[in-house]
This record gives sequence, C-alpha cells and structure tokens, in this order.
Amino acid sequence: MPTPLVVSDVAKSFTMHLRDGIRLPVVANVSFSIKAGECAVLGGPSGAGKSSILKMVYGNYAVDGGQIIIPYRDRLVDVATADPRTMLGIRRDMIGYVSQFLRTVPRVSALDVVAEPLVARGTDRNDARDKAASLLGGLNLPERLWSLPPATFSGGEQQRVNIARGFITDHPILLLDEPTASLDARNREVVVSMIRQKKAAGVAMLGIFHDEDVREAVADRIIDVTAFSVSGEAAA
Amino acid sequence: MSDLPLLKVSALSKFYGSRIGCQNVTFELWPGEVLAIVGESGSGKTTLLNCLATRLAPSAGCVEYRMRDGQFRDLYRLSEAERRFLMRTDWGFVHQNPADGLRMTVSAGANVGERLMAVGDRHYGKIRATATDWLGRVEIAEDRIDDQPRAFSGGMRQRLQIARNLVTNPRLVFMDEPTGGLDVSVQARLLDLLRGLVSDLGLAAIVVTHDLAVARLLSHRMMVMKDGHIVETGLTDRVLDDPQAPYTQLLVSSILQV
Repeated sequence: MPTPLVVSDVAKSFTMHLRDGIRLPVVANVSFSIKAGECAVLGGPSGAGKSSILKMVYGNYAVDGGQIIIPYRDRLVDVATADPRTMLGIRRDMIGYVSQFLRTVPRVSALDVVAEPLVARGTDRNDARDKAASLLGGLNLPERLWSLPPATFSGGEQQRVNIARGFITDHPILLLDEPTASLDARNREVVVSMIRQKKAAGVAMLGIFHDEDVREAVADRIIDVTAFSVSGEAAA
Repeated sequence: MSDLPLLKVSALSKFYGSRIGCQNVTFELWPGEVLAIVGESGSGKTTLLNCLATRLAPSAGCVEYRMRDGQFRDLYRLSEAERRFLMRTDWGFVHQNPADGLRMTVSAGANVGERLMAVGDRHYGKIRATATDWLGRVEIAEDRIDDQPRAFSGGMRQRLQIARNLVTNPRLVFMDEPTGGLDVSVQARLLDLLRGLVSDLGLAAIVVTHDLAVARLLSHRMMVMKDGHIVETGLTDRVLDDPQAPYTQLLVSSILQV
C-alpha cells in the first residue's frame, strides 16, 4: 500500500497586494511523510506555520511550490496542483479534517452537521445519524443539544461537534488542528482514546496539539516546523 | 460523479459596442457541482450568466451542453424549439426578482403545475399532488396553493419561484442573486433550503452573487469577475481563505465582521 501522505519541498508565502505587495514567507522546504497508523504532530511556536501546513494538505491554502502526494483511485494526486473537482473528491473520500473552529450553517442541527460527511459518501441518512448520535454521546454532548444548530453552543460544545464530524468517516488521512484546545480533562481523554482507535484502524494522522499531555499520549513523532522556517527562525 | 462535464464553455465573450460585458471566459461544469460567480455590480457576472443560459447572444465563443442523450450540443446552434424545450425541462432559471420568474396573477399551484404541463403532464390530480408536494418542500403551507403570488411575502415568492423551477427535475439551474433583496433571516432560511435541495437532487447550479457569504454556503467552486474578466478561480474555501488576486484580496478584506 502506498504511503498515505508524502509532502516534499513545499513552500508557502502570502503576498499582500493591499499592502504594496509585501511578501510574507511562511515555510519552505517542508518535507515529511506519514505512514498508515501513525500520528505525527507538528511542533513549534505560534506563527511557525503549523496551521498553514495542515491547510495546504487540505487544499484550503494555495501552495507556492513542492508536492503533496496522496494516493487516490489507483493514481497519485498532487494536492498542490490538483483541480478543484479532484480536490473535492479527495476531501470526500480521503481526508478528514477537524478545524479549530466550527463553521456553522443556519438551521442545520448538530446531529446533521456531524452526519454530513457520511451522507456525502452515500451512507443512508438514518444510519449516518445513528453513528453521529453515538459519537456525540461518547463525547458527552448533552442529548438535548443534538437537534439544535450549533451556532449558539459554547466553544467546547462546538469543538466536540467538530471532532465528531471529523471522526465519523473512515478516511485514511485525518488532519487535527488543536482538537482539544477548549475541552475539559474528561473530554480530552475521550479524544485521546478516539485517536488511538484511528491509529489502530491504520489512519494516518497529522495534528497540532498545544496541550502537552495530549501530545505525549498520541504523538508517535514530532515534526519540528521551525526547521522549515524561511529565515532560519520562526516567521512572525 | 459523472466523468463528463455537463457544460463546456470556451472563450465566451460579449461586447456591448466597444464596451466589454465579459471576455474570454472558459470553464467546465460537472453534474452535482455548484459554481458561484462573484464580483461587484458591473463586473459582468450577470452578462455571463445570461450568455450561458441563452438569454443573451454572445459575441464570440462557444457553450456546449450535454443533452440527456449524452451528446454535446452547441447551445447557439440549437433550433428555437430545442432551446425552448431545454429551458422548460432540463434547466431552471431563478431570477433575483421573483416577479420576473413567476406569473403573478395565477395561483401558486398553477405556477408550479404550468412547468409540468409544459413537459406533457395532463392529469389534473397528479399535477396538483406534485405541486402540493413541491410547495411543502419549499415550506409553503398547503392551504396557500390557490392563492396568487401577489399575496405572498418576498421570501415566499422566492421559494415559490424555486419550486416552479425544480418541479421538472432539471439538471442545471441558473440563479441570479437568489437571496438579493430579502431580509437576513429570510435569506438564511432560503439558503438552507437551496443548499439542501441542491445536494439532495444532485443538481448542477451556477449562482451569481455579490455576497461572499452566500457563495461560501452554497458553492463548491468560485469564479471571481472584475471588468468582464475572470481574475481568480478555485475551490470556494481556498479562494476565500487564501485569495491570490489583488482584487479578490480586496473583496475578501471588505467583508464586514459581525
């Protein structure tokens, strides 16, 4: 089986056209790969480019140079140059993503927000809802909230909806952007055990965890992002 | 997802005299895909939409559509009869102003039923049942079926227009500022409804909007237009979260935060 994620020589900068075109370099020469069943954690101070790397892998940020290779439908796709339609397919079938903040849609219940990635892959809506309910239950989200849109939820509640949504599918790659940042100790433990289950199932994970205990508990390897900084030290 | 696009647009241009409406637009649209065309007023987005939907003859370029028989046909070489057939069965067009897309002096039920009759339905009971079902799907109460849209609020009219367009199971729907002119709360309801219908029915849609939040919510892909040209295209969240073109950066940075 090919390696689920291979990143080589990736570079990213932002050009601010509204600020006289100044160029803010973020990272360069980013190279690493992640094996199935491995959880690699991006390490480094704030602003080092950890989130930017996750977002490039997800196709959410443009890539200046280099390759991000993901095996998809019997071929190798370079996310850095893939067309939007291929990227949507890769997201649907290959990559789960727990972002830092939940983007809520008016009038859609927490249960349906969580079930959506499964429904998008053709799972029956009721089966998807059952699975969503069991995940939300496991994350201790009170059942009375399930039928409500998450817009009014607390930060920790929204985060748990986001985690359930990212973990509901069996995607071979899972990206985690500080999934435990606003959780209490009990729910952090739940997430740690969910990550261990994904590992056992052979999922390749790339994450950012500021919480040291969680990082210790799940990381097989730390990727030091300061090694990719353009000036040799962390970019502001 | 099908392996062939539904719509192929190549080097499409429209000039108004020496003025550019839109110039050299090339893209493909696949079944199930929602494409947003964004830009400020006068950027050419509505001109482009009208050229695609054969409501306006382009000055140059080519628009090909994959018919139900699988053959690609040049839209501007269709006979008038073929074109009309396409417009009332395979396509929908949702206008910003519902009055442009509805018949205001016939009942809500007849507005929906009319499209069914145009595709050959003749059984009154069946037409009425389908119309009632569609009014329900766009959240219009059954007891309003015999009322004229004149008696409806703006949000209801827009939902009726959507039902009228979708009742024939079109494969492609064009929308011109579908939530423009509606209250924010009404907008949210309409957007949620559209989003659900588009994904349940696997529709392809081209949505013209100046509202980036509408584009974010509804579309998979986005094209940004300025002065008749496409200045940036890509996945909707990529364009909004990491805009590359100077004009897109200006648009994104001009959004007011609430």
